[in-house]
Amino acid sequence: MITGEPIPFEARLSLRIPLVSAKVQAGFPSPADDHMEKSLDLNEHLVRNPAATFFVKVEGDSMRDAGILSGDILVVDRSLTPKDSQIVVAMLDGDFTVKRLRRRDGRVFLEAENVSFVPIEISENQELVIWGIVTYVIHQPR
Amino acid sequence: MNFALVDCNNFYASCERVFNPRLIGRPLVILSNNDGCVIARSEEAKQLGIKMGAPTFKNETFFRQHQVAVLSSNYALYGDMSARVMEVMRPLVSAMEVYSIDEAFLSLDDAHGEDFAREIRERVRQWTGIPVSVGIAPTKTLAKLANRLAKKTPQRQGVLDFTRVPDADAILAMVPCSEIWGIGTRLSARLAPMGIQTARDLKYAEMANVRGALGVIGERIARELGGLPCLDLEELPATKKGIASAKSFGHPVETLQELEEALASYTARVGEKLRAGQLLAAHVSVFVETNPFSATQPQYNAGAQTTLLQPTNQTSVLIAAALNLLRSIYRVGYQYKKTGLFVTAMSPEGAVQLSLFEEREDKPVAQGLSVIVDQLNRKLGANTVRYGSMGTRDTWAMRQNRRSRKFTTRWSELPVAKA
Repeated sequence: MITGEPIPFEARLSLRIPLVSAKVQAGFPSPADDHMEKSLDLNEHLVRNPAATFFVKVEGDSMRDAGILSGDILVVDRSLTPKDSQIVVAMLDGDFTVKRLRRRDGRVFLEAENVSFVPIEISENQELVIWGIVTYVIHQPR
Repeated sequence: MNFALVDCNNFYASCERVFNPRLIGRPLVILSNNDGCVIARSEEAKQLGIKMGAPTFKNETFFRQHQVAVLSSNYALYGDMSARVMEVMRPLVSAMEVYSIDEAFLSLDDAHGEDFAREIRERVRQWTGIPVSVGIAPTKTLAKLANRLAKKTPQRQGVLDFTRVPDADAILAMVPCSEIWGIGTRLSARLAPMGIQTARDLKYAEMANVRGALGVIGERIARELGGLPCLDLEELPATKKGIASAKSFGHPVETLQELEEALASYTARVGEKLRAGQLLAAHVSVFVETNPFSATQPQYNAGAQTTLLQPTNQTSVLIAAALNLLRSIYRVGYQYKKTGLFVTAMSPEGAVQLSLFEEREDKPVAQGLSVIVDQLNRKLGANTVRYGSMGTRDTWAMRQNRRSRKFTTRWSELPVAKA
């Protein structure tokens, strides 16, 4: 039973793409056999630290100009230490939000990448928790 | 060399909070498989006086009055988060024993004290979001005790190195025997008449007396309290213990057919777990239970076990054995509340001795079938492909009305970030 809408990436994650295919008649050793390599695994490319990596779905358009659209899936690494100007998933007022982290003169901002959204300044009595750093965006072209 | 026991704080509640910030800072309880009673509590829920095992239906009003968040258990999430916590720690130490879903014993060099424990704690918290406590001591029994103290004493900030405490005996004198790992209420009752009340008493007790009262195991615990290591890390605990799958029904079940379907699907789960761990089991036990809390219904509990001619992890063989056992204990006229099985006498795959009396039972054909079924179910979701005896109706399936999403194991249930 599959629940919810299928996400195309699901099929691709475990797709094996052999670099060399050796289909020959029995009895003749393939000349490529000595050069066989491991198939490419997207996990290796997208997930540096599996224990600390989570997938998060995006809802909303505020990060449009950074190439993050509604419905995209973010690869989020919690093991990285947040730095200025990184795109982060943050916990703010009981919700997860994806924004660009900015530190200026001791002040902290969460900036959108869309002119219709104003930067959010984190006030002293607000608690901002950086949940993880966005390392890749999985986007399906439409 | 020392041991560290790392224990996740309020593990189930902590897992839920990683993915739902709104649960942070408020009382939270997690319910049993069937939403029947409380099996885990956040610190705030404990402070409200909510007890483990508190029945849900009796406390609904209390939960509402105190704005307690109530969730069904989400084992897919807890299992995945547990694996992550263990994977974060594994590369940091030379050896590790995963003791339970939320605890692990680590082997530490003498140079690794509280600073190292704090590093582990901080790394697990940052990478997974799960807070842990760490107890360090020369023996597993003391490490367990140190961990409890680290948790109970806020100024310890979740870390206690028992090798560095100035007066260990004074601490042991405050721990009643019933709270020592491996002793518990039942065994401590045998020690009380001998005047052994606390961990300190047990440490200095006459070993012959302890052995007389508690046997060799008890003697080992007593020696471990004195700092003499008697228990080693068990890095492959699964080969020694067993695998169980048992659940309560959402509503009472009467017919053999419904019981058979439920048991067959639990058995399929056990088969999957065995194959995932590359293990074989030689012993199968099955049980049925009526609802012990029902005063009006007649009660019936029964169990049966069998030893297989050949250790196996083949679902078809396991189901055949389990259903035979079930049929032997099934009685008409009862309202069954629960059935389940456990398999024991485990051995690693590939170490099988051929039986004298049977040809190999796990024939390649059946093996291939189980592997394909596992692959399909992994790809397409649990129970896409079922053995015929599992049925398709699931009328017995457990109630889980308030489960959070499977944030880390289902593409369709990912956490959402607003942009």
